[in-house]
Amino acid sequence: MSMLETQALTREFGGVIAVNKVDFFVEKNMITGLIGPNGAGKTTLFNNITGLDTPTSGKVFFEGKEITGTPADRVCRLGIARTFQNIRLFKELSVIDNVMVGRHFHAGNSHNRTIQAILSYLNVEKEEKKTYLDAMKWLEFFGLENLRNEKAKNLPYGYQRELEIARALATEPRLLFLDEPAAGMNPQETEDLMKTIRRIRDIGVTVVLIEHDMKLVMNICDNITVLNYGQKIAQGTAMEIQSNPAVIEAYLGKDEDEEDDEE
Amino acid sequence: MGSVSLLFQHLMNGLTLGGIYALIALGYTMVYGILKFINFAHGDILMVGAYIGLFAFDALRGSSPLGPWWLVSFFIAMVISMLGCAVLGMVIEKVAYKPLRKGSRLAPLLSAIGVSFILSNGAAWMFGTHSRKFNYPFDNSPIHLGGVVVTPHQILILVVAIVMMVALKLFVDKTKMGKAMRATSLDGDTAKLMGINSDMIISLTFGIGSALAACGGMLIALDYKVYATMGTMVGLKAFVAAVVGGIGNITGAMLGGFLLGLLETFGVAVLGIPQGFKDAIAFAVLILILLLKPEGLLGKVEKEKV
Amino acid sequence: MLNFFILILIYTCIYAFMSLGQNLITGYSGMLSLCAAGFFAIGSYTTAILTTSFGWSFWATLPIAALLSALMGVLIGLPTLRLKGDYLAIATLGFAEIVRNIINNWDALTNGPMGIQRIPMITIFGIKISPYQKYGFLLMEIIMLLICWFLFERLASSRMGRALEAIREDEIAANSMGINVTKYKVVSFALGAAVTGIAGCLQAEFTLSVSPGSYVFMVSIMVLCTVVLGGMGNFVAVILGAFIIQFISYLPQLIGLSNIIPAQAKQIIFGLILVIMMIYRPQGILGRKERNNKKAEKNWLLNKKEAINEHA
Repeated sequence: MSMLETQALTREFGGVIAVNKVDFFVEKNMITGLIGPNGAGKTTLFNNITGLDTPTSGKVFFEGKEITGTPADRVCRLGIARTFQNIRLFKELSVIDNVMVGRHFHAGNSHNRTIQAILSYLNVEKEEKKTYLDAMKWLEFFGLENLRNEKAKNLPYGYQRELEIARALATEPRLLFLDEPAAGMNPQETEDLMKTIRRIRDIGVTVVLIEHDMKLVMNICDNITVLNYGQKIAQGTAMEIQSNPAVIEAYLGKDEDEEDDEE
Repeated sequence: MGSVSLLFQHLMNGLTLGGIYALIALGYTMVYGILKFINFAHGDILMVGAYIGLFAFDALRGSSPLGPWWLVSFFIAMVISMLGCAVLGMVIEKVAYKPLRKGSRLAPLLSAIGVSFILSNGAAWMFGTHSRKFNYPFDNSPIHLGGVVVTPHQILILVVAIVMMVALKLFVDKTKMGKAMRATSLDGDTAKLMGINSDMIISLTFGIGSALAACGGMLIALDYKVYATMGTMVGLKAFVAAVVGGIGNITGAMLGGFLLGLLETFGVAVLGIPQGFKDAIAFAVLILILLLKPEGLLGKVEKEKV
Repeated sequence: MLNFFILILIYTCIYAFMSLGQNLITGYSGMLSLCAAGFFAIGSYTTAILTTSFGWSFWATLPIAALLSALMGVLIGLPTLRLKGDYLAIATLGFAEIVRNIINNWDALTNGPMGIQRIPMITIFGIKISPYQKYGFLLMEIIMLLICWFLFERLASSRMGRALEAIREDEIAANSMGINVTKYKVVSFALGAAVTGIAGCLQAEFTLSVSPGSYVFMVSIMVLCTVVLGGMGNFVAVILGAFIIQFISYLPQLIGLSNIIPAQAKQIIFGLILVIMMIYRPQGILGRKERNNKKAEKNWLLNKKEAINEHA
């Protein structure tokens, strides 16, 4: 079985089928791309896997266990983290506090046993010191440690994207979903992002990304799934996808507005 | 009285009460539809409407004897009260809510609570803490209609409420302005791009909602007393009615209003809930609907886009 | 004059308890609760009933009142808090009205509009803390307030405080970071309710009588004002806010003009405070307290230095 698998996953919104019987596979230690034209259902698929939305029908399996309809916080605790298309940082909190939120359920004692919770409450300082160190590792991973005391909202756009990834990684996921990480980035930033994503893969985190930047997708993805009108129309390596007639048709005439902002 | 006619009696009482709730619920629902914000001051606008109506009516009828002129005066007073409250509603929006549209979600709510408190205490200051009574526009002796006792007030309330609701529905569905309102409610930003003056639409929404509240306030004043905090509980219940119908949905608010009126009446009359705890019915209904069907009867499930 | 000042301080303390709760709920978690008056009443009546009818000691009623308020908080919180939006505000507004309705009508328990009189005074180690000797009462209040304030401050600086702030900033993102949003909202609401209940116990012991008229909507508004005025998300600021609100409240008596200034004047001022602060200074007088990571930061720098030294 793949690390993550959806079986005939379907999500309807009052008659509109946003995701239609999609079988989506993610293999461990690979970078999986999810592409498709606007409104193809990519983000909806993400949301239904990560628990922000509940599928109308179909199943989701993670590491062999069914997680269909599991709430987002539980999904995260199981080892799946994500970022958002339209960056959702805790704007008024500092950069380090944003990452420390990611450490939330690792801090203190596991599983919130009452007595342990009280003990950790009495020992806030020690717990905070450890959380800070753990969080700082992720800021250093992105070279953001000097910005640690800035408010998240004051960061330049590119850094905000990185901070969001750092925050997600701080939850120590085994699987990371990135929703359009390169949106709004210039070619140099995109280049850096590619390296970053590879580094994330190299530390043992499996990555899935939705992306419209075809250069990035074709370059780094080991496996690509294509959605169109909510349906999976192709799956394979970059080479296979590029020569797939159904994919070419879906994207035909799309070349000129590839640069457009998406969804 | 037979049990069937008793049933009709309660039905009539419930519908009358519900009509008033519905009128007031419309204001909550229209504002929520466009700004996604609960206008806490709405109940107090109703109170102001009742006071304006009461004073205008007393001035107009003067010392003339009870007769047709009283009824005409009543309707003129209603128009004055509705116009006055429409202006009040629009001014409140401009002064206390508009500057906060871009700020945090809590800001307009807190401001609205402040406005509500200013209005109710301002009224207590200006008009005193004693309650006043409306002079009936006509003889309110009950009429017997085949075993059902109906008061002229009830007929007046139902007729006015239904006329107002039909007028509003026609306005929203058939006119260009109404279309602009619906468009703004569906998607404010896109509506703006389509050339709709959203500031004007928001103002208009507050105006219409407040006018309807004033109308509701005057209808309440027919049977109940007028005092500075009269709007709090009625406003709260009307809000519950809006939630029951599906907040943001105009037809839903009307349906929710009537339903809540009926539930309260039957709750007291049939289920034997003590009069003192009558107000708790609306609250229980609110909790129930939030648990079972939070989007309301006619509302759509709204999910934040991620 | 001095007496008045002490009176203001005593009420400042009572309101400060409620402000702590409101600040946790509104300032930290970003939820609007409008039923301070309701929990205040629950606390007062719990103390009043248990001490007069059952002969309990004040100190035994304190945890019961806090628990009862918290339980009520959970009961209103569970159905409303899992929903997005501002239903909590309306539900709590309704709840406060219902509480008043009940204490007005449930004669057997609450003695209805007449209220309950002759509440026994607090004793501690055999010493009577009489509200007539205001200094003793004030001292006891300050000690209790300090303990409460310390606990709340501690809570806010823990990971729970950070989780609450994350929820306030972005519920969906917080949820995706493994935070059980509903649980934390309900817990913070219940804690806020509990401390408001404690304020009610003190109120009952200060006036030695309770009646429905003391638990009106204005109490909730005043508590809200303390937070808005002082600064949301800042426990010191809201205690300052509580003092200012009490000062405004007693100003007419303080300057001896209570006959001339109408009773509604201060309430209109409270309403104006809400509107004007929101427009011109939404962060309040002192503003939000930034999270303080200084010690943890120092520890990190120290660790880093050690690591470098080891390499060298």
